Amino acid sequence: MDHTVLETASIWLGEGRKVALATVIETWGSAPQPVGSQLVIDGAGHFMGSVSGGCVEGAVVTEALDIIQTGTPKVMSFGVADETAWKVGLACGGKIRVYVEPVS
Amino acid sequence: MKAEILREVIEARAQRRGVAVVTDLDTGAQQIVARGDGFEDAFRFDKSGVVDEKFVAIHNPPLRLIIIGAVHIAQSIIPIAQAANYDVTVIDPRGAFASGARFPDVTLLAEWPQDVLPGLALDARTGFVALTHDPKIDDPALELALKSDVLYIGALGSKKTQASRRERLMAAGFSDEQLARIHGPIGLNIGAVGAPEIAISVMAEMTQCLRLGA
Repeated sequence: MDHTVLETASIWLGEGRKVALATVIETWGSAPQPVGSQLVIDGAGHFMGSVSGGCVEGAVVTEALDIIQTGTPKVMSFGVADETAWKVGLACGGKIRVYVEPVS
Repeated sequence: MKAEILREVIEARAQRRGVAVVTDLDTGAQQIVARGDGFEDAFRFDKSGVVDEKFVAIHNPPLRLIIIGAVHIAQSIIPIAQAANYDVTVIDPRGAFASGARFPDVTLLAEWPQDVLPGLALDARTGFVALTHDPKIDDPALELALKSDVLYIGALGSKKTQASRRERLMAAGFSDEQLARIHGPIGLNIGAVGAPEIAISVMAEMTQCLRLGA
């Protein structure tokens, strides 16, 4: 697990920011980031860390902003069957599940 | 994730304690499980994953490498170990070897190993190599490593050096089974020539122990 991300989450919380955490929980095929990779997102859409090679982050950040509002965690899946998978950097046949949760 | 759980995970890492955060993916409920209270293989191989729609996130302490001997090969091992995320500590009581100019980017202890190793909490996230060729320095260090559960023990030296070391350690009371933990001659046999290639073979062997438990 990448601890810079958790430490950032802790610092941001301490600064009074709203925070969500996204974690790669499962991968199939050649996913770009291993299980346990994390992204921390604040209420303004700032983020740090990585859950994929690139644009999955965009979708995850958007979802995280909702989750910060609702407080309800969610599992997101991204797969190669999805046309966007190519664009989001899962071109090698990867598939990932990402758990997005509020930190409070 | 509750802020308390986040705090506990960060604190555990600073104190070199392994913890798992288990998340029920349906309800979001989370709990902390300490190393020793379950998920033994997951901790051992540093492998987070989903089991029965529960995500087990393994948070192990950072990897650490302890090098006995501020020698030439150590200088080649250090950058590879650091690239693989090991925090490196070099121990050598000989001040001429253990100079900050030769080892700028590591924790450098110009002390006898037996004086400082007990304070370093040798654990399952620590690799250990003895590189001095000098029994006065290597042997006491190896004895402490053998009594710990470090992930890897390597000792530099030819087959002949290994045989005489083995006799000394047997005389000190260690069993065959215990001594089998020492990798010596050190490193995977890849026909390494020179310090940089030996360093690659050592770090490859350490990685094998870390990831496959070999």
